[in-house]
Amino acid sequence: MSPIVELKDVHKSFGSLEVLKGVTFEVNKGEVAAIIGQSGSGKSTALRCMDRLETIQGGSMLICGHQLHDTDVDLKALRRDVGIVFQSYNLFPHLTVAQNIMLAPRMVKGMKQRDAREIADTVIAKVGLREKMDCYPEQLSGGQQQRVAIARSLAMEPKLMLFDEVTSALDPQLTGEVLRVMEQLAADGMTMILVTHEMAFARKVADRVIYMRDGKVHEMGSSDILRTPATPELAAFVSESAEH
Amino acid sequence: MIYNFDFGAVLAYWPLLLEGVWTTLRLTLFSTVFGILVGAFCAVVRTGGPAWARWIVSLYVEFIRNTPLLVQSYFLIFGIASMGIRLPILLGAVIALTVNIGAYTTEIVRAGIESIHRGQLEAATCLGLSSTQTYLHVIIRPALERVYPALSSQYVLLMLASSIVSSVGVEELFGISNRIQSETYRNFEIFVVLGVIYLLLAVLVRSGFALLGLAIFPRRRTLGTPL
Amino acid sequence: MNSAYILSLLQGLWATVVLSVLTFLFGGLIGFMVGLARISPSWVISRGAATYIQVLQGLPLLVLMGLCFYGPSILGYNSLSPLVAATFALTLYSSAYLGEIWRGCIQAVAKPQWEAAECLGLSRWQRMRTVILPQALRIAVPPTVGFMVQIVKNTSIASLVVGYAELSYNAKIINNATFEPFLYFGIAALMYFAVCYPLSVQSRALERKLNVANR
Ligand SMILES: Nc1ncnc2c1ncn2[C@@H]1O[C@H](COP(=O)(O)OP(=O)(O)O)[C@@H](O)[C@H]1O
Ligand SMILES: [Mg+2]
Repeated sequence: MSPIVELKDVHKSFGSLEVLKGVTFEVNKGEVAAIIGQSGSGKSTALRCMDRLETIQGGSMLICGHQLHDTDVDLKALRRDVGIVFQSYNLFPHLTVAQNIMLAPRMVKGMKQRDAREIADTVIAKVGLREKMDCYPEQLSGGQQQRVAIARSLAMEPKLMLFDEVTSALDPQLTGEVLRVMEQLAADGMTMILVTHEMAFARKVADRVIYMRDGKVHEMGSSDILRTPATPELAAFVSESAEH
Repeated sequence: MIYNFDFGAVLAYWPLLLEGVWTTLRLTLFSTVFGILVGAFCAVVRTGGPAWARWIVSLYVEFIRNTPLLVQSYFLIFGIASMGIRLPILLGAVIALTVNIGAYTTEIVRAGIESIHRGQLEAATCLGLSSTQTYLHVIIRPALERVYPALSSQYVLLMLASSIVSSVGVEELFGISNRIQSETYRNFEIFVVLGVIYLLLAVLVRSGFALLGLAIFPRRRTLGTPL
Repeated sequence: MNSAYILSLLQGLWATVVLSVLTFLFGGLIGFMVGLARISPSWVISRGAATYIQVLQGLPLLVLMGLCFYGPSILGYNSLSPLVAATFALTLYSSAYLGEIWRGCIQAVAKPQWEAAECLGLSRWQRMRTVILPQALRIAVPPTVGFMVQIVKNTSIASLVVGYAELSYNAKIINNATFEPFLYFGIAALMYFAVCYPLSVQSRALERKLNVANR
């Protein structure tokens, strides 16, 4: 199986601060990869580079067939193929749930209102919020807003979904409802890369776990590495996380 | 000494007053439409344009906001006339008022744009919206909705300030009352009548803006809360 | 360009400054009382102040000038001099806006401060004077300086109905003689700018400082 995501020796600096110091990994189609690591280790930066929100300075990055270091990379096509969800849901506050979801299909894909609505109905069902279609974001709980944000990304029918600590801002009970949505997505065969602090969740759904430390991939493998880490650093990180 | 008020003499001129009201409302309407267009455009340039364009816009904004409308009107309208260009007087007045209100609108809308969170832009980028689409749907619209109350107040002030263009010969409500003055000599009564009419107009314009707000901002209509 | 004209413009500028200062003093005094009345515990007083503000904010300054100019004579007084009438009208006008600005500042002082002062057993006026006003003053400075710009610009209206010979009045007279509107109204505008712009800059700088201090 050919990888849909391929990072080779990726380097990224902000000014004089080198944040990614040669990151290499692959993710195959249909796989779920969990990126874990201390805060500041470069997880978000790596994810943001994959959607070209940041440009990389060295190495190569192949995402859904797009070579990101090419200067003429087709950003519009890239962003059609890649969906990304952040910790802060960033729903558009002046639009209803339905309008939030339909905006990109209509604007970017030039869909008719009716077709966009059909897609919206499909994706909102996936996140279980059919009855909230005509609500405004502020009328929803944090968990519901995050589920809408996921649906909004799904409406573009991406081949790859990126999640950056999407449950970090939520209460434990709201976290559960968002994780269930992601679990279902994984079961449906979506290729996903998620940055997460939820070790139990990573253990359960991840086909591949990537432990980042200080701008590099320190240890990588199947989710078994969370039970039997090879490096003392990952062992320390896992036991630290278990305490919280 | 007892003064005999004679409002009847002034009110007898009601068709003239009505004509003045109509002109004032038209002046206000046109300057509002053009002012918002100019202001929104300049605000976009001010927040996202090239450095030289930002500089020009801030020069415009600072200059207008730190000089009186009266002098701006004299400068523009007498100035244009001195170049031998004959403009209809109402058009000249709309230009002067638009140039003025455009600067205030720019500042208000700019504040609105700057209040839009960066995450919103990022979300739009990730969804693949072009920068024009992002500006229109994710920046300008919510920015306008957010500053709408401030804009409404500013445009009520514009309606009141439009009386100033009477000094360059526009026969709006205030200007037309000069005629009544010269025929009746009932100066005080005229100003009382004008005061009452302007108060009513202020209420009218304010309500007009409130209704328009409900019409163009569905969120406000549904939730009734500020954005 | 004629030096006599420039001198006349400078005289006008001086008259503008005089009228602005008078307006700020009297307008500030009455505006302060309006602001206090606006938050008075007595419903009648606060409602009255609110109405005062609403009415004055719904009138063009030009109409207010006319009322103040012609009003006193119907009460049997001699008609007012242009300076007095203009000061009168601008004072009323500014007091409404300043009153509203300062009400906002007083109410922006956090509620716990009010409660803390109440617990100390201070009377309402003592609380106001020793705890609330000093804090409100800090918040009030930037918008007040900003409003000074409005006052200076508004004094130009005094050239119309009451015919007070300030800067724009003199500029108009000169233009009537020379027909050089771009030149003389341009110079007049620059003079207004020279007074107003530093106030605007100062107001913004003070506001920024306040925001930083509150962070
Ligand atoms: N836009 C930026 N400009 C400068 N430094 C940044 C920027 N984004 C992130 N960083 C820095 O890069 C490092 C890695 O950040 P990040 O990728 O967010 O880590 P993580 O998501 O693992 O917590 C941090 O030291 C952070 O301060
Ligand atoms: Mg992060």
